[in-house]
Amino acid sequence: MKIDCTVNGRSRTVDGLWEGESLLSVLRDRMQLPGSKNACEQGECGSCSVYLDGALVCACLVLGGQANGRTIVTIEGLMSGDALHAVQQAFVEAGAVQCGFCTPGLVVATHDLLNRVPEPSVMQIREALAGNICRCTGYAKIIEAVQLAALRMAVHERTAR
Amino acid sequence: MTAQPRLAPHSVVSGRVGESVQRPDAVLKVKGDFPYSSDLQVKGMLWGATVRSPHPYARIVSIDTAQALASPGVRAVLTHEDVPGRKVYGLEIPDQPVLAFDVVRYWGESVALVAADHPEQARRAAAKVHVDYQVLVPLTDPEVALTPDAPSLHEGGNITRQVRIRRGDQNAAADVVVIGEYEIGMQDQAPLGPESGLAIPDGEGGVDLYIATQWLHIDREQLAESLALPPDKIRLTLAGVGGAFGAREDLSMQAHACMLALRTGRPVKISYSRPESFVGHVHRHPGRLRYEHGATRDGKLVYVKARILLDGGAYASSSTAVIANACCFAIGPYECPNATIDGWVVYTNNPPCGAMRGFGSVQNCYAHEAQMDKLAAAIGMDPVELRIRNAMKTGSSMVTGQVVEGPVPVAELLRRVRDVPLPPSTTSDPIDLTEMPGGVSNTTHGEAVKRGIGYAVGFKNIGYSEGFNDYSTARVRLSVVGGRPRVEVHTASAEVGQGLVTVQAQIAGTELGVSDVVVLDADTVVGSAGSSSASRQTYITGGAVKAACEAVRERVLGLAQSELGGRHLGDAHGLRLENDAIVSAKGAVVLSLATLLGEEVIEETREFRPRRTSPLDPETGQANAHLQYAFAAHRAVVDVDTELGLVKVVELATAQDVGKAINPQAVEGQLEGGAAQGLGLAVMEEIQVKDGVIRNASFTDYLLPTILDMPPVRMQILELGDPHSPYGLKGVGEPPTISSGPAIIAAIRAATGRPLSRAPVRPHDIVDTGSRGVRS
Amino acid sequence: MEFLQPSTWSEALQMKSAHPEAMPIAGGTDVMVGINLDRQRPEAIIDLTRIHELTEWGMEAGSLRIGAGVTYSRIIGELGVRLPGLAMASRTVGSPQIRNRGTVGGNLGSASPAGDAHPPLLAADAVVELASTAGTRRLAAREFFTGPKRNAMKKDELIAAFLVAPANGPQQFSKVGTRNAMVIAVCSFALSLDPARRHIGTGIGSAAPTPVIAEEAERFLEGVLDEGGLWEKPAPVEASALARFGELVSAAAKPIDDVRGTAAYRRHALAVMARRSFGWAWDEYRAKASA
Repeated sequence: MKIDCTVNGRSRTVDGLWEGESLLSVLRDRMQLPGSKNACEQGECGSCSVYLDGALVCACLVLGGQANGRTIVTIEGLMSGDALHAVQQAFVEAGAVQCGFCTPGLVVATHDLLNRVPEPSVMQIREALAGNICRCTGYAKIIEAVQLAALRMAVHERTAR
Repeated sequence: MTAQPRLAPHSVVSGRVGESVQRPDAVLKVKGDFPYSSDLQVKGMLWGATVRSPHPYARIVSIDTAQALASPGVRAVLTHEDVPGRKVYGLEIPDQPVLAFDVVRYWGESVALVAADHPEQARRAAAKVHVDYQVLVPLTDPEVALTPDAPSLHEGGNITRQVRIRRGDQNAAADVVVIGEYEIGMQDQAPLGPESGLAIPDGEGGVDLYIATQWLHIDREQLAESLALPPDKIRLTLAGVGGAFGAREDLSMQAHACMLALRTGRPVKISYSRPESFVGHVHRHPGRLRYEHGATRDGKLVYVKARILLDGGAYASSSTAVIANACCFAIGPYECPNATIDGWVVYTNNPPCGAMRGFGSVQNCYAHEAQMDKLAAAIGMDPVELRIRNAMKTGSSMVTGQVVEGPVPVAELLRRVRDVPLPPSTTSDPIDLTEMPGGVSNTTHGEAVKRGIGYAVGFKNIGYSEGFNDYSTARVRLSVVGGRPRVEVHTASAEVGQGLVTVQAQIAGTELGVSDVVVLDADTVVGSAGSSSASRQTYITGGAVKAACEAVRERVLGLAQSELGGRHLGDAHGLRLENDAIVSAKGAVVLSLATLLGEEVIEETREFRPRRTSPLDPETGQANAHLQYAFAAHRAVVDVDTELGLVKVVELATAQDVGKAINPQAVEGQLEGGAAQGLGLAVMEEIQVKDGVIRNASFTDYLLPTILDMPPVRMQILELGDPHSPYGLKGVGEPPTISSGPAIIAAIRAATGRPLSRAPVRPHDIVDTGSRGVRS
Repeated sequence: MEFLQPSTWSEALQMKSAHPEAMPIAGGTDVMVGINLDRQRPEAIIDLTRIHELTEWGMEAGSLRIGAGVTYSRIIGELGVRLPGLAMASRTVGSPQIRNRGTVGGNLGSASPAGDAHPPLLAADAVVELASTAGTRRLAAREFFTGPKRNAMKKDELIAAFLVAPANGPQQFSKVGTRNAMVIAVCSFALSLDPARRHIGTGIGSAAPTPVIAEEAERFLEGVLDEGGLWEKPAPVEASALARFGELVSAAAKPIDDVRGTAAYRRHALAVMARRSFGWAWDEYRAKASA
């Protein structure tokens, strides 16, 4: 099977796909984009969170063929040039990264949250990120990172205006 | 030269001991650019799949691989007959088959291997390996396993180890006696990164393995035996590790990938699925514990009697060390003149159990802390006051007779968590469901919600015990790169997420006064570092890095003195390394390191060995068995829907003595993350095993705490300084996982008045539901 | 495995007719788990995400007709006011990632007794619209579920939509899980008050081989409200009546012990949830009436 899609702004074609392959496998094994992680492959951990046509989804629950013709943005596509996105920078600074296996998914999910809700309350952060399991940090520094990113993005927004 | 997978590029770290230095891999990780073991790919790579036993106990009559071999894309199908060397492996006792032969002893045991071009081809072929089993009745009750009439699962019987501790008067009597029986469920480490790795044959009979593990050298030792290769033909390099927590101490797919690679002559990758991961590594031992505490009326412990039975499952793993810990720490960090502790760990046909964060000191903490609360209630004393009254202090003796040296701030930790102001009650109007027990599932708007507060304190050993050879090796190299001095640190120690790479760099930066430190890939080119477990690496590998740096420094200063002749400022012994330069005692720059070294490279390798420990006496359990002790206390505040049995943990407060925080931000992360794993075992995490079969081997039904379950952690980090360790540090990682869960269950007891003698606490343990239903 | 990707509804129906064994996939939140974890290998898969009609909703003869491919996120965002019970249930479905993909149509297709959408659909007397090349038929949700993970669909049928009247009274949904987010229901309960028809609707999840209603409980409560003239003059309902309502809901369940909970606990929890849910709904009704 063959699919064409746009991934991180580039148009990509993959041929020879097994029909049962998930978008996650396509990204990781066939497009050399292993940033989306394979922790549970059942939508329970959020480690493979990506944007599919602008919506936050688990790549493991999208069948490869369903991505045909769609636009996908992965963790590898969030940088602006060589600079870290504010969310990525905040995760680094806040100490929100330990083993880091959940990190790409959490960064994408946070990116999505702050697009929708620029200044989320702690409880809004918790509800929005409930589908992203982290086994290392106990989440405290993740919440700090989200708040830090929100603050910086708000300041950036105001100064840009 | 064989193909190599892409590994993480080395980053320069600048920072000193005591600073919150950013971890060098964090930038790669937030970009999705950090190569984990499951990400590795090379050209021409095959995928491995594992055929697993569908029975917890069965005799293997025959294995037919013909159909699998004939499947599309298949390059090899291997069974136990293809294991080149020793057919078994194991950390303490080599009793676990690389691939099962004669019998399978647990559900999910590896029986055969397939390598194919595509993972789906490998899976389909694996399904076509026909194994003819003669199903046997599994032995699944550890109490039965203990009886002499039980069928023996291994030569020598079912008792993997028995530990006896006898201290003081064995017939001591007391005014107040409380008795309790406790049961702890089987917890999974559930690191998010699956077991995975890539084996690449070198074309000369050897193999390179890129692997996520906790100890490269012990993997290699076991691989050498089973692959029948000299150790130098097996080179291991640490690939990115997605968490460990004990799950990566034993071999999982290491030997399998190497066997397939050596057989096919092609690189082979194996990466487990989540359900496979649940049978691919050992778990925390479930336990049954019976305690009797005797005390005076004014609350001084007179004696403790404990009977601890741990279910080790099908193979030994590290069971023998886990039961020793369970017994040594059985009574908690309290003084007690008389103790009678009997512990057993037994073989059954349940999933094998071994190391998990806390390592034997978790199960018993649920019991001894419940007992302390029970005793406080019996005497009519405040539970914190009772604990303080019995708290160990410097110079107190363990039940093993070992005198505990250095700061022992048990009473202080308890006072500190007690004195943290309590969080306000959650009666916001309008209600926010996310703050209620049950969350957005809308089960209560405050009805039947009661608040409870509970306390617990725990401790455990740091480093290996009972005479086990504890050491680490570090190679440190100082040279000038691009006009700047650079230190390279090379050890085999496994960065599993805890921040060990940063710590090594901080130590080297501190000892050599150099800004640019690079920590090289951990591999077996350098000597063993021991495992990333027992909270030991900052102490032991940190100690090795420090020792190697000191040796390098001595040579640099020697060089500086001969360079300077008599022209140095003041006392020659006062010269130091700081800010990339040789500086005088008063801090003036004498000579830059770049100038001094020029082309010269200074390299030293050192092994660091802490004080030796001794094995427990088999009759009395008396010994100086442990290197260092670390203590933590927790206070939990919970809201319980007492009608539905649902729990919201509102806040955790903790105090822990870390000796010296090498990297304070990373220490905080350990305290928060460790507490979350304790919360998991207290209220949701349990591998449910029925008749030897795991019923919830997925993240749908093995529940891990989400961000909505984990409350804020109010931390107090004490740095009291251990006189024996590098920088006075103490191991940090495990204590937070020990007492957090028991504090939560104590709080639920306080809210509900129910005895709750089992962890995890389930809703139906909290509410009285009357008769039981029909079992499916 | 064959991958079929119709771009129109009629093409989809033709494909399903030609490949009756083909498994439909929309959000993939159920189908993909089976494939990824090697629990199922369907011979063919029909992807329904290209069919625009399935993602539309609108009014039809006083009812909302909601395409089977409308996601939980959209139900919360676009229909939360008109279908509060279903929206509350949707909020408890997995995570944002799951709600952005998962659909009520998929929930109905899987027909798991634990499906979160089912109890509110039952409570609100929803109707399921099924289609094949032979035509379209509509079936009450109360007749749709036939067994554990089984429904009344024929092999050649696909789910087109479901129809449900906008709420004209309070609705509630309540679900027990053993953590505070991301749980499959241990058991769940939905309640719908329909003052216009003086009707009480219920739905029970995860406590019987299929999602079920508590009919006796519905009639009992309707009787209490009618007898007391409470619809017109909403006064508090007596505690004993509330307790009885809970008991009757509990009695309508046929739970088992499984990995998520015990049968006894499920019965107990249903009674509590039913009692509380009605309390919240009645408070809301009374507040509106007095406003």
